[in-house]
Amino acid sequence: MNLLSTTGLSKNYAGLQAVSDVNFDLPAGQVRALIGPNGAGKTTFVGMLSGRIESSQGTVLFDNTDITRLPAHKRMSMGMAYTFQITSVFSKLSVHENIALAARRVVKGGKSDVDTRVSEVLNKVNLTDRYDQIAGDLSYGHQRLLEIGMGLAQKPRLFILDEPTQGLAESEIDDFIALIAELSTGTTILLIEHNMDVVMRTAHYITVLNFGEILAEGTPDEIRANEAVQSAYLGKS
Amino acid sequence: MSGTTRNLILHLFVLAMLTALYFIVSEYHSGNLARIMVMAVYAMGYNLLFGYTGLLSLGHALFFASGMYGFGLAMEHLGASAAPAMLIGLISALIVSAVIGFLALRTSGVAFMIVTLMFAQAGYLTILLAGTYTRGDEGFVIKQADRVLGGIDLSQSDNRYFAALILFGICFLFIGWLVQTRFGKTLVAIRENPERARMLGYDIQRHKLLAIIISGTLSGVAGAAYALLFGYAGATFAMVEYSIYPLLWVLLGGAGTTIGPLIGTIFMTYLINITSEFTSAYMLVAGLILILLTLFAPHGLAGVLRKKLLPWLP
Amino acid sequence: MDFGPYLFIASLEGAITAAVLALTAVGLSIVFGIMRVVNVAHGEFFMLGAVIAWWITSMVSSHPALGFVAALIIAPIVVGVLAMVCDYLVLRRINYDPERTIVATIGLLYVLQQTTLMTFGPEARPVEPPFNTRIALPWFEFGENGFALTWPWGLSTTTYKLAVIGAAVFILLVLWVIMSRTRMGLIMRATQLDSEMAQAHGIPVNKVYALIFGLGAGLAALGAVLVVPIQQAHYLMGGDPLLLSFIVVIIGGLGSVAGTIVAAILIGMSNGIISVFFTPTLAKIIATLLVAFVLVFRPQGLFGKPER
Repeated sequence: MNLLSTTGLSKNYAGLQAVSDVNFDLPAGQVRALIGPNGAGKTTFVGMLSGRIESSQGTVLFDNTDITRLPAHKRMSMGMAYTFQITSVFSKLSVHENIALAARRVVKGGKSDVDTRVSEVLNKVNLTDRYDQIAGDLSYGHQRLLEIGMGLAQKPRLFILDEPTQGLAESEIDDFIALIAELSTGTTILLIEHNMDVVMRTAHYITVLNFGEILAEGTPDEIRANEAVQSAYLGKS
Repeated sequence: MSGTTRNLILHLFVLAMLTALYFIVSEYHSGNLARIMVMAVYAMGYNLLFGYTGLLSLGHALFFASGMYGFGLAMEHLGASAAPAMLIGLISALIVSAVIGFLALRTSGVAFMIVTLMFAQAGYLTILLAGTYTRGDEGFVIKQADRVLGGIDLSQSDNRYFAALILFGICFLFIGWLVQTRFGKTLVAIRENPERARMLGYDIQRHKLLAIIISGTLSGVAGAAYALLFGYAGATFAMVEYSIYPLLWVLLGGAGTTIGPLIGTIFMTYLINITSEFTSAYMLVAGLILILLTLFAPHGLAGVLRKKLLPWLP
Repeated sequence: MDFGPYLFIASLEGAITAAVLALTAVGLSIVFGIMRVVNVAHGEFFMLGAVIAWWITSMVSSHPALGFVAALIIAPIVVGVLAMVCDYLVLRRINYDPERTIVATIGLLYVLQQTTLMTFGPEARPVEPPFNTRIALPWFEFGENGFALTWPWGLSTTTYKLAVIGAAVFILLVLWVIMSRTRMGLIMRATQLDSEMAQAHGIPVNKVYALIFGLGAGLAALGAVLVVPIQQAHYLMGGDPLLLSFIVVIIGGLGSVAGTIVAAILIGMSNGIISVFFTPTLAKIIATLLVAFVLVFRPQGLFGKPER
């Protein structure tokens, strides 16, 4: 069953075709990586999925509902979570308030129920000891983790992560991969990634974009062996 | 002690202080304080939008005046008594803030500031134009005999003080409660990082509109209360100065704190009172303070207190 | 007077308003276009131009033309330098942040206005124009002999008023030449388009900003000097020009000088005409609401480009 699918999704900016006619299907429970060289249209495509960018043509279906014209906040409230390419948290608020804001919209019940969810999440991303710290004072890697935590707090059905490991140290990347593995039982995950190591270790399936179109789709092994992909990327790792 | 209880005690303490002050200070000062408390309600309304939601309006005098004239005109021309007139004042402000909010929220940032300023200016000029009903700049006096609520003559200075205190107390506790609800915390999130709040699934526009409506209605209640307690409604209260005052009070007292508006209003009112004894150019002080605040102390008095000493200050 | 001649006079008054407004509004527009800040104290720089002009002309007791020419040169320069000081002391320190600038310039408005009240006083003081001959204006009629010129009684203007219109046009042309043909203008436009790139090319962006802010204020002051023989100097006279400049700049499209000039003509003319036939208050209400609705429904104004 496809959780998310697009038909003929396109975006053009006054003559420049950023995304052309993409038919994309994401089955529930899968970890999908979206890769491609710079300028391939990955961010634009995901922008149209999340609702941050208006599509020029085509449709987007989420859980068999047409969300093409739905504003971003409504899509999120249907069960999507999104992390930004450049980490975006509430930097002047505390770590726990950041998570609480994410949790509040989905947790029924009162303050203690929200607090319980906050503790759970902070535990999962290893930020419990930073409960009272101001988010902006955290290291970049920790802020990225915090943002992922905010997504987790929503218990989303679809978790979209835009270049989540960018700027992370090696050990942090390993933690991240473990987190994804744990998450993937139950949550559908869509990753935009440049880090091929991460892609190969986490993705069940890969979609390759180039010049706004799907160049290839397949399992990590298939993509690794694909010549067209190799020439488009030329040794990027 | 939980945070909620601590905050409640703090707020009740402030109200207790204000009650005690009546018996301590002279009648001149208690008269000032009554006026200050009504204006502090206006400031609290403004603070909800500016301090908590992060929207800078330059046209709040329109809401204040809507309440004032809603009340005043209902008394003058409809012969209403105090209580229904107050209700009409409240409803007028509510409607005006909903309409202005709906239109102005289609803009943001600098454009929002200018649009609110323009609507307020148009409101002021309309009051002048409709001078036959509103008596324009001159305004009209509300007779002492009419300023009676529930049998109590509010023109008496003791009744007036406690009426102002009760009004302030209700609004103060209301704001104290509102800012710690989900709604209040979402407003802060919108102020801090609207795009992030949006992508957490919050309807930003709806929250902002509600904030404007609550903010504008509170401002209007202050306007209506002013007319009731001080017996006067006039177009000066719709002029641009009365849109700048709440900004000044809130900035000085501490934007985004519950106690800030009261502190700022007390401070500025006394500062201007003292200055106006020396010169008619007392707004010079207001101008200087605005510049100094923007340059050196954007957090205001309570804001600095919160940063340096009491991080839990609501 | 019949309707025709009456409209003619109203239009002439409107043209004078438009001329002075164009100068003042272009000052505001340049500052916003290049520095991206809104200067709420702009009207006070206008007022200072008029007040300083009064001061200079009252010191020069010989022929009024001498005093006036001195004022025309000195007042804009003084106001411009004052503005540059304000930029250095305040605006630069808040890094030209749009919202903080608005609050700071509101404060500046009160400081300038109230200081003037304390020193100049609350009265309105007249300034004598350098020359002021009455000119009768012709009107036309279709009589028994066909097209004929008449000279209705009361249809007149003064040489000075016509000169104001001419002067404004001249100054705007000079400004246009400077902006588009000289190196200084090129530097200004480069700073507007991309201040970081401009800085990377060695353009001292901070100094350019200071100069622009001074230029904007100076233009407003110049407009005030031109209009003060017609109007009188008063410490509150900055309010209307501020409002009207705002209206013009927003309708013309923030940052578009050509749009500003066209809008100034439109607004100045219609404001003058509505003021004469109805009330000035109604004219102001319409103008104010026009700004609000343009910002709400067509934020790029009439000539600006819509933001993506």
